[in-house]
Amino acid sequence: MRRFLTCWFILVEALCANAAHAQMKATAQNVPEIPYESVRNFLKLPPNLYLGEAIGVATNSKGHVFVYTRSANTRLFEFDQNGKYVREVGEGLYGFEFAHSVRVDPEDNIWVIDEGTNLVIKFNPEGRVVMVLGHRPEVVAGAVATATGPAPPAEKYTFSRPTDVAWDPQGNIFVSDGYGNNRVVKYDKNGRFLKQVGSEKRGSEPGQFNLPHAIAADGKGNVYVSDRGNNRTQVFDNDLNFKTSYENVGTAWTVCISPGPHQYLFTSNSNPNGNPPGTWDITGEIYKMELDGTVIGKFGHASKQFGGFQVVHMMDCRNPNEIIVAEIESWRVQKLTLKPLQTKLSYAK
Amino acid sequence: MKRYLLSLLASMLLSGITVAAQSAPEIRFDSEPGLLKFPDNIHLGEAAGVATDSKGNIFVYTRTGHPTISIGTSRAFAHGGSRLFEFDRNGKFVREIGQGLYGFLVAQQVRLDPQDNIWVVDQMSSMVIKLDPTGQVQLLLGRKAEAERIPALPLNRPPGAPGGGGGEGPPAPRGLPGAGAQSDVFQRPTDVAWDASGNIYVADGYGNARVAKFDRDGKFVKSWGSKGDAQSQFSTVHGIAIDAQGNVFVADSGNKRIQVFDPDGNFKTSISNVGSPSAICITPGGHQYLYSSNSNPPEDIDANGEIYKLELTGQVVGKFGRAGKLPKEFGTVNAIDCRNENELYVGEIGNWRVQKLTLHP
Repeated sequence: MRRFLTCWFILVEALCANAAHAQMKATAQNVPEIPYESVRNFLKLPPNLYLGEAIGVATNSKGHVFVYTRSANTRLFEFDQNGKYVREVGEGLYGFEFAHSVRVDPEDNIWVIDEGTNLVIKFNPEGRVVMVLGHRPEVVAGAVATATGPAPPAEKYTFSRPTDVAWDPQGNIFVSDGYGNNRVVKYDKNGRFLKQVGSEKRGSEPGQFNLPHAIAADGKGNVYVSDRGNNRTQVFDNDLNFKTSYENVGTAWTVCISPGPHQYLFTSNSNPNGNPPGTWDITGEIYKMELDGTVIGKFGHASKQFGGFQVVHMMDCRNPNEIIVAEIESWRVQKLTLKPLQTKLSYAK
Repeated sequence: MKRYLLSLLASMLLSGITVAAQSAPEIRFDSEPGLLKFPDNIHLGEAAGVATDSKGNIFVYTRTGHPTISIGTSRAFAHGGSRLFEFDRNGKFVREIGQGLYGFLVAQQVRLDPQDNIWVVDQMSSMVIKLDPTGQVQLLLGRKAEAERIPALPLNRPPGAPGGGGGEGPPAPRGLPGAGAQSDVFQRPTDVAWDASGNIYVADGYGNARVAKFDRDGKFVKSWGSKGDAQSQFSTVHGIAIDAQGNVFVADSGNKRIQVFDPDGNFKTSISNVGSPSAICITPGGHQYLYSSNSNPPEDIDANGEIYKLELTGQVVGKFGRAGKLPKEFGTVNAIDCRNENELYVGEIGNWRVQKLTLHP
């Protein structure tokens, strides 16, 4: 009996560790370092305005930068391409409670994912709400007790702490959902449910997830999911059939796919929250890859100083040589200019 | 007879015998309780932290309200509750810094480093926040819990208990109670200090019982201490200050002593005749002094309240003040600024004010 208890305890610990504190050294060998510079004082905030945890960052076609941040209240700010402050979007919005992601679609609509209200909110370029996915539970139902036990079955039109959104060339919407559920949901461009992969249950098989934390789609409509708790990026076709999985670049916190004829995949092996001992040595870097999983290079490292990373939570890669990263534990957005690799590429797999 | 006692006292002082603090000489002093002038719509709450910069400007980190808790879908989120103000040396209001800052929940302390950077310690977000002199965030230690649990659990929960992280907090540290994680994860930290090379020392705190050391870039170096009353153990680490030699003075409030360590955390000595040290400060300059407040509990003004002036050896030079609500009386002093040896600023929890004290030793 005692042995049984011990095993049980270890199992629970291992599960917990996987779910929330996953950290893994990348196994890809001989990956070239991509030199980069971080632009000093990129975002210029007006006096009396501060970023909190810089959770979400995205650019539109004009290069304007949107930052979705957890300050005293969760807020969405817009800056121009030079980092000059433009405006606040959705000030005091019903759906803003705990920021998780912001993305801008090809028509420059701004999409926000809030894990405190379980909503995916679409703003038009002017900053007005034009569509809402999910439903914020009514407050008259009373204070919600902190969830314990197994998650209830995932439903078509409600989320459980969703994390990110992506679109295919037809405008279909893909939502990664999330901390509570462990699935990806596909909706048509009008928000009607089509399909899901995964479920409310955690799992590590192909097509199962352990904290799907970010999502992106390529020009052919393939879908890439940062399966953070499983330390992998899973790739699905447009109907959410499993295709392949990339597992050699550490913990997949977030993913970005650059536009254009030759697309690149960026994925971050972010250092874990709380900076546990030793983690700065094995995590913190971002990988640049081909869509087929070939590793091209890596850049960055964990540090609290400018130029280093403190838990990268999101990246913008509209220009694959100009990456904008948002960090949790430094309350900072950095614009990185990637330099060409000095040496001849020796592709690592 | 009186003269005999005085001479006995003097000879004891000279011979280095520890004098019972009660018999320490009284230091005369004056107070300017209304120094700070506020705009009409700004009020101090509990004046948890006060500090001056090299120009004599005064910074106050104050509890202006309880944090607001809002209901999310599966968790509850804490917002606001504390503000940081700057005044010039004449008490004229200069500005507010960090409006709506994510980590400003329950003010605990503010300190200015030699480069005039502003360091804020927040007890509820468990963060140490470094702002540059313009007020921009430069460095963060610790992380605010993502969410609060419903029903609420006490902030001072034992390590590993279900906490505010909503399932996303760092793993419970293993090891001695209060020893904390070997990282910048704090539990209700109380104070911050630096040595001459810029290494950062955090008093941590109410929840943990340790001192955590970081290099100037914020990289964790080491921590020492755990819960208890033995040497190098702590019971409520309530303040920290460092002398010119890099010795670390730790206000071990619950154990009624100030423990002194070398920069690596090796125990050197303990000072234990000044009551329960709640706020400590070391003066700059060639001859350094240590101030320590035996603050009264907020619920009682009939006990304690006096502030001691000591040599760094622990020898008591004198004391002044007592608990109370009048000028020259103290309501739970939580912070002392002693940039000038005879011109102190004290921040009070009980009286919601900052007094400027002029000592006449």
